[in-house]
Amino acid sequence: MANNESKTSPSGYNSARKQDVLIEVKNLKQYFNIKSSLGKKATVKAVDDVTFNIYKGETLGLVGESGSGKTTLGRSILRIYEPTAGRVIFSGVDITKLKKGKLLHYRKKMQYIFQDPYASLDPRMTVSDIVGEALDIHKLATSKKDRAEKIRELLKLVGLNTEHASRYPHEFSGGQRQRIGIARAIAVEPEFIVCDEPVSALDVSIRAQIINTLEEMQERLNLTYLFISHDLGVVRHTCDRVGVMYLGHIVELVESEELYKNPLHPYTQALLTAIPEPDPEVAKKRNRIILKGEIPSPVNPPSGCKFRTRCPFAKDICKKEIPEFKEHGSGHYVACHFAGKL
Amino acid sequence: MNKELLKINDLKVSFFTPAGEVKAVNGISYSLEPGKVLGIVGESGSGKSVSSYSIMGLIDKPGKIVGGSIVFDGKDVSTMTKAERLNFAGNEVAMIFQDPMTCLNPVFTIGNQIAESLIHKYGKISKEELKKRSIELLTLVGINEPEKRLAQYPHEFSGGMRQRVMIAMALAGSPKLLIADEPTTALDVTIQAQILELLKDIQKKTGMAIILITHDLGIVADMADDIIVMYGGKIVEQGSVYSIFNSPRHPYTKGLLRSLPDLNKKGEKLIPIQGNPIDLLNLPKGCSFAPRCGNCMKVCINHMPEEYSTEDGHRVSCWLYDSRANNNAEVKNNG
Ligand SMILES: Nc1ncnc2c1ncn2[C@@H]1O[C@H](COP(=O)(O)OP(=O)(O)OP(=O)(O)O)[C@@H](O)[C@H]1O
Ligand SMILES: Nc1ncnc2c1ncn2[C@@H]1O[C@H](COP(=O)(O)OP(=O)(O)O)[C@@H](O)[C@H]1O
Ligand code: SF4
Ligand code: SF4
Ligand SMILES: [Mg+2]
Ligand SMILES: [Mg+2]
Repeated sequence: MANNESKTSPSGYNSARKQDVLIEVKNLKQYFNIKSSLGKKATVKAVDDVTFNIYKGETLGLVGESGSGKTTLGRSILRIYEPTAGRVIFSGVDITKLKKGKLLHYRKKMQYIFQDPYASLDPRMTVSDIVGEALDIHKLATSKKDRAEKIRELLKLVGLNTEHASRYPHEFSGGQRQRIGIARAIAVEPEFIVCDEPVSALDVSIRAQIINTLEEMQERLNLTYLFISHDLGVVRHTCDRVGVMYLGHIVELVESEELYKNPLHPYTQALLTAIPEPDPEVAKKRNRIILKGEIPSPVNPPSGCKFRTRCPFAKDICKKEIPEFKEHGSGHYVACHFAGKL
Repeated sequence: MNKELLKINDLKVSFFTPAGEVKAVNGISYSLEPGKVLGIVGESGSGKSVSSYSIMGLIDKPGKIVGGSIVFDGKDVSTMTKAERLNFAGNEVAMIFQDPMTCLNPVFTIGNQIAESLIHKYGKISKEELKKRSIELLTLVGINEPEKRLAQYPHEFSGGMRQRVMIAMALAGSPKLLIADEPTTALDVTIQAQILELLKDIQKKTGMAIILITHDLGIVADMADDIIVMYGGKIVEQGSVYSIFNSPRHPYTKGLLRSLPDLNKKGEKLIPIQGNPIDLLNLPKGCSFAPRCGNCMKVCINHMPEEYSTEDGHRVSCWLYDSRANNNAEVKNNG
């Protein structure tokens, strides 16, 4: 979320960051076995062989249509799901192999903020209980007094009134509930947070408040974010780099400014022109790329390039060969047979 | 001559709930010309849907229209007989919703449901004619293999396709006005783009007027000719799409536009609107935006602002635009 000066110089930014990889995701696969509508067994390849790094202190955005695998990827990284294959390496340690006890230590460093703040908060617990529980699990309070003090500080930090501590979630507005969710996540002093659509369920007038709070937390606490969203406007503002997902693959990954200026994957190009532009002069004039059809079923994805059924540039080879996810220019990864040649 | 297709005057709608009277729509007035697209924006609960349902006669207990008038094409909607209203809703005005499943019946085929809309409009028509028109409608809304699709059930359609079917049903009666309540909010952006493009296309072909309700300022910028901004059951500002975006007057409109992420200001903090959404059960005595307004003055706390017209045709309800105001008025919140 970048208020950091060094980030304005692309080269300095890149090299400084490349040294500090926080999380390496290697060939990660997350498959689910389901029963298809005809009662047959089938496999959903929700995340299918993705490889990328998350750098310390950055906000990495993840965009893509519903069902493309964003949430699944976020959860597999935290081992909320047990990955089918592949590795997640956190600060040099492969956490996909860790046993339960050891894993708890890493769970504390990696937190999750949910889209629907209400569904994720126990309605029978007070705000103080909710935030306190997180402290208790990881034994972060030395005494009752210390616990109460910590809770008060956390509430203040996320912009809640300390008098709110004894209230229940239903007494709060959507934005305030999301603040409670943020307080619970940062209570355990994490290094990394997956923010899964943290503002999508909120009123437009409240979104900016919550984004600002997330940014402030990041600066103060040196957090690294994986920021999942389908709102490309929000992502454009908040993220340093952005990954674009389609049917379980990351099809493009690059610094966010470059993504918006020079998208190389046909899917990204279409996605960008689909964003409603809040400026009538621009909106009424521009030419949009309207994609045909809808995202195919992940149970039965197309052969070769999974985007080929909707791609305006698809050729024969796209049917036969899966395009490799490779670098086109510094730090710009794309999976398309014709990247840069379209 | 009848230049106005729709004229709403001082409309008030309340819900009488156990917790008290919820003034969902609290005195709104606007008019719409034939063939125009009117965008209505505002936060959740501001009265966008309720005000539009009123036009269709869709307000049920505990809700009630408690004041004002709705005149459509010269006819006062509130004095229509039951039979007149039945013909009116569907044939003169049609509506589509955020969740198409609220209108589609899961146990009937798509063909059955489109046929029903057609019969509502044309009365008795032959089977062949029904089929021909149904196929035309599905083709018009961009559904492939329409003949096959007619025999299928709603659950066999994706969200985007269901929205297309709903649009087809709405168009069956050739309405003069289509009310679209958050028609794309539940859809992915690429599908949203398809549906909006479809609506534009159909609007061009049929010349019908559209009321487009959305919380997405990007969508109204693209689609609308005029914009209404609602807050707490009232219209706080209305004007043409260009002037609302280029020179917003009401502090809430300004706040909304300012809070949007902007690529040119990447790295800068967003400027949010302070405070929390309004509680309609506890409406402030004066301006309902006062608790969140950076320009709030003494008068705002106790007195409802009047509506003022600006030289570029805006109407804005805010004390800041009273020409009698002096500039030393006390500012309460800091902005
Ligand atoms: N527990 C599960 N069992 C079976 N299938 C699943 C499970 N979780 C996810 N899937 C499937 O995996 C695919 C990816 O889902 P996921 O929730 O990750 O998508 P997403 O990109 O987060 O979508 P959205 O934008 O709707 O949140 C979908 O096809 C989904 O139906
Ligand atoms: N059936 C109902 N019973 C009680 N209150 C209602 C009902 N329908 C709507 N309301 C209230 O009316 C207000 C305006 O609602 P609505 O027009 O749906 O808002 P919007 O469409 O702008 O989000 C809200 O406070 C809502 O809770
Ligand atoms: S590989 Fe082929 S089908 Fe896939 S995005 Fe590139 S051009 Fe389109
Ligand atoms: S009337 Fe007063 S409180 Fe209301 S918007 Fe105008 S300045 Fe703000
Ligand atoms: Mg998700
Ligand atoms: Mg509504």
